[in-house]
Amino acid sequence: MISRVGLRASRPAHALFVLPFVAVYALLLLWPLAKGLLIGLHDHDLLSNDSFWVGLDNYRQLLDDEVFMQVVWNTVRFVAISTPIFVLLSLALALALNRPGRLGLVLRATFFCASVFSVTLITLVWKLALMPERGLIAQLLTTLGLPEVPLLTSDSLALLTVALVTVWWIIGLPMILFLSALQQIPSDIYEAAALDNTSRWRTLTRITLPSLKRTIVLVALIEMIRQFQVFPQIMLMTNGGPNNTTRPIVQFIYEQAFMQLSLGYAAAASQVLLAIMLIGVSAQLWLERDRKVAR
Amino acid sequence: MAGLKLEAVSKRYGAVQVIDRLSLDVVEGEFLVFLGPSGCGKTSLLRMIAGLEEVSDGRILIGDKDVTNAAPGQRNLAMVFQHYALYPHMTVRDNLAFGLKNIGIAADEIARRIQESSRMLELDKLLDRKPGQLSGGQRQRVAIGRAVVKEPGIFLFDEPLSNLDAALRGRTRLELAQLHRRLGATMVFVTHDQIEAMTLANRIVVMNGGVIEQVASPAEVYRRPTTRFVAGFIGTPGMGFVPVTRLPDEDGRAVVRLPGGAALCTQVSAALQGQDLSLGLRPENLRASADGALRGQVEMVEFLGERSLAHLKLADGTALSITVIGQAPQIGESIGVAIDLAEAHLFDGQGRAHHAQEWLP
Repeated sequence: MISRVGLRASRPAHALFVLPFVAVYALLLLWPLAKGLLIGLHDHDLLSNDSFWVGLDNYRQLLDDEVFMQVVWNTVRFVAISTPIFVLLSLALALALNRPGRLGLVLRATFFCASVFSVTLITLVWKLALMPERGLIAQLLTTLGLPEVPLLTSDSLALLTVALVTVWWIIGLPMILFLSALQQIPSDIYEAAALDNTSRWRTLTRITLPSLKRTIVLVALIEMIRQFQVFPQIMLMTNGGPNNTTRPIVQFIYEQAFMQLSLGYAAAASQVLLAIMLIGVSAQLWLERDRKVAR
Repeated sequence: MAGLKLEAVSKRYGAVQVIDRLSLDVVEGEFLVFLGPSGCGKTSLLRMIAGLEEVSDGRILIGDKDVTNAAPGQRNLAMVFQHYALYPHMTVRDNLAFGLKNIGIAADEIARRIQESSRMLELDKLLDRKPGQLSGGQRQRVAIGRAVVKEPGIFLFDEPLSNLDAALRGRTRLELAQLHRRLGATMVFVTHDQIEAMTLANRIVVMNGGVIEQVASPAEVYRRPTTRFVAGFIGTPGMGFVPVTRLPDEDGRAVVRLPGGAALCTQVSAALQGQDLSLGLRPENLRASADGALRGQVEMVEFLGERSLAHLKLADGTALSITVIGQAPQIGESIGVAIDLAEAHLFDGQGRAHHAQEWLP
């Protein structure tokens, strides 16, 4: 009888058990989200704290703002460049380093090491390396008798350069994800494959990669979400330049909110970023589902 | 179909010698079972035959071809793994076809083999499922099917029944025996389960500590174990050992003094050496009898259906089990035990067996 009462009867007091979670979730996630949406519909001046309703004016203004269009394009390009590199390179590293022995251990630790450093340290090191004339790369090119390449100051190369530095910086985490997935593949499957006369290439494409499918999707999603929010390394390396070619959406939002002090406009831009990220992630999941159905 | 020859094969992991100069001939079409306790080297040996483990010393020949250093896929054999090792993202059909596609077998031939083997193993309805959607027994059948479609010279089985429940294990055991009869293929089977070994094998290789203790038919391993280890390992419970001392021989037979003080004239030839011996007795060769040569106190009785096992303690503390048919004795009761001399063996100090002989006068 006790269990019947306890398990089946639903009482309002039972809601107390989920209240802590709901409260924190509402306070730290739902409330700011709603508040952000609301601010985006106002002209909110941070200095005077004046706020009045403007409806969708902020969004209309964003559509006409050439700088905003540029930063959206920059961010999408940044994600499009960095995410595939993240997936392919970290997968390749994991496959190469998934071996017992000291060398593998040292290399795994080395690649993961960079992710631990702070963004200021990483950008400082790379700015020194990329410095015109006296930087490591400039000197290397001079030694080889090659012309100097303006990596951070060229409109066409700056975004690519920052993307590569970002990859260098945080390739360790996706690599570790792939390594842990690789180590979960039972070794007897590889032994069965060896007895089945499977070539190395077919073992990779027919055994290993299919087993890593979930992790590949996971890494692509994580990196997509992270790289849409790219900001500090660009701020520190190029400050959005040259000619706004590296300025990302988050930097635009930051500048609008805390330098132009127009919070409403910045909030509207944040909603656009959220929408783009949701579209990106949904597209990725939809592609994956489509492929599963096709199989 | 092919034979298998191991010539002085050794396996070392660093300084640890797992298998020591082991030689063995497996004839074509034979069902050979490696039987032994955990860590006796039987799985290492199977993996060396498969090419999954390097051979430290010696040679392995399949057919007449030296395959000691050949890749696993080049040895014309198929293996069924303990944990099935099916490819999880492929359907049953693809699992069966994968190895055949790798060696470029024509599609219609692959289809024919899959059809044939899936009918034989009742996999027809499962062909489009993935391993995750199958039960343990079905997965095991797919693993066997994957070996069958390859039509290999030798089948290797690495404890393939150990993950199945008791009922399924019994059924699969029978199916394996039928499969062997139907295919007539050479099969090498590793197990620590003596019932599997007894029921399946043409010959059993009993291993202990990386060396072969005995190679013989199941009946011979049971009735004429060559060493004390084999005698104690085979049988449930294993053979019991009673310490005895030698008395002067009689008519060419060894005579020993039993723990109770009685003299026993065995049917073992007096040619054996040594004074301190062990008398090996299986429970079914002992029976309760008031004037029996041995006496012991009943410590426990196990009811097994058609018979019971009574576990006795002899006067000197030796434990011995006897089979009782009919009314079982009470716990604590002291009973006499009569010995069937034709099945009473003597073991010398080195653990070598000396068997009772019927021709002795």
